[in-house]
Amino acid sequence: MGLTSTVIRFDEVTLGYGRRPAVHHLDGEIPAGSLIAVVGPNGAGKSTLLKGIVGTLKPLDGHIRLKGPASGIAYLPQAAEIDRSFPLSVYDLVAMGLWSRSGLFGGVARRDRTRIEEALAAVGLIGFERRPISTLSGGQMQRALFARLLLQDAPVILLDEPFTAIDAKTTADLLDLVRRWHDESRTVVAVLHDLDMVRRTFPQTLLIAREPVAWGETGEVLSPENLLKARRMVEAYDPHADVCHRSAA
Amino acid sequence: MLDLFYAPLAEFEFMQRALVGVIAIALGGGPVGVFLMLRRMSLTGDAMAHAILPGAAVGYLLAGLSLPAMTIGGLFAGVIVAVAAGLVSRFTALKEDASLAAFYLLSLALGVTIVSLRGSNVDLLHVLFGTVLALDDSTLLLLASISTMTVLALAVLYRPLVLECVDPIFLRSVSRAGTPTHLIFLGLVVMNLVGGFHALGTLLAVGMMMLPAAASRFWTSDITMMMIVSIVVGIVSGFSGLLLSFHAELPAGPAIILSAGAIYVISLVLGREGGLLWLVWPGRHLEA
Repeated sequence: MGLTSTVIRFDEVTLGYGRRPAVHHLDGEIPAGSLIAVVGPNGAGKSTLLKGIVGTLKPLDGHIRLKGPASGIAYLPQAAEIDRSFPLSVYDLVAMGLWSRSGLFGGVARRDRTRIEEALAAVGLIGFERRPISTLSGGQMQRALFARLLLQDAPVILLDEPFTAIDAKTTADLLDLVRRWHDESRTVVAVLHDLDMVRRTFPQTLLIAREPVAWGETGEVLSPENLLKARRMVEAYDPHADVCHRSAA
Repeated sequence: MLDLFYAPLAEFEFMQRALVGVIAIALGGGPVGVFLMLRRMSLTGDAMAHAILPGAAVGYLLAGLSLPAMTIGGLFAGVIVAVAAGLVSRFTALKEDASLAAFYLLSLALGVTIVSLRGSNVDLLHVLFGTVLALDDSTLLLLASISTMTVLALAVLYRPLVLECVDPIFLRSVSRAGTPTHLIFLGLVVMNLVGGFHALGTLLAVGMMMLPAAASRFWTSDITMMMIVSIVVGIVSGFSGLLLSFHAELPAGPAIILSAGAIYVISLVLGREGGLLWLVWPGRHLEA
């Protein structure tokens, strides 16, 4: 990996629910500053992998090692479980991104206000500040959440299907932000389904179908053979599955 | 005319005390009710109000109508039921609403039985519907302390409370404040219910929490304003309920809750944020 340092390291990681693995024996590392797509069929363990990195799901086996504190990770879950009916303004939703700075009851300084306005401008939501979040469309909500990510200013950013059900214009705008994060040498890991987008924008790809299928340069990973292999993943679990004895390093 | 509003309060000390009491209850209960409502825990509040009864009843059994005994008993029972219902829903197949319903029915029956063991029907009415017209100094002090602590605690916990309602996953990813915040909030709910219990009794205490909160939802879509509106609604219904009970010789507790109910119904019909009137006659659509 040359001069780059590792930010996330997987040691024979198995993640799952109950005793059933959803990610089975993943081994490898994510170097700082990489822009990596996680690709695979539904049920392949992509979201589970992100939950494992954030720490909301403990590995059944193996270790996930992070360089730096877990608070250095900004995480946008899939179709975020946000209560859209809550009486909150767009401005306040976005301002939550400053939590690590302001904490429980720190004030929001004038400099922070400027940053909130810059973030709103970067995602094209100027003029929406006072709007209740209940009035936003799906795409506008995603823009607001990206603004919050901007404010979090985290070295590692995890995105779980950020462009699902989002129109082309919004996707293009938000993808520009992803590229900007990459240019700022942040580490970005994104779960995606659009393979053309992955080929165009993401230099690295992890193809996963419960078992990791391939991991490396996007062009090589997304070969027809690998994709076929991923598609053959057995979705239903075997009710009589034996205990896995593959050694955990 | 003015005398109608002013005279009873100027003349009778018990009316003044009652007014101070309901103002204190409104100050703490309103904002707590708003958060209960926004966290979709309105029924939890209701269930916990009843859950307080057996604890207060045990206090009564041991010490009669004593403020500290019934307060401590009520706090104790409220916390136990809150924790037990949480545990049952987390570790068994029963959802929280069902386990709360089970617990509160049990509590209500148990509480009424315990009070009947020793007391008269008058005492039972006292416990079920409160004695807002007979608040002594120490009860007023208790009510004032509870509302002060509530307002201070909500000010400190405001951010994590809001965040835990809107986006719990995000809160978990930036802070560990979520669980302690939730527990402290439940503690505030129990405290306010115990306070309300002394004035309004176990069946109506939750009324000063949920009715003003529900009414406030129809007037604003901003949470700070919502809390302020809920306090105002609480105070106005306390005031008008006391006057109503004075002039019409109605029991005071129910009159207060009926006033709050009337304000709720008015808000439901006229409220700017989704009131019925605006649904029926929304006006012609705008240009953009």
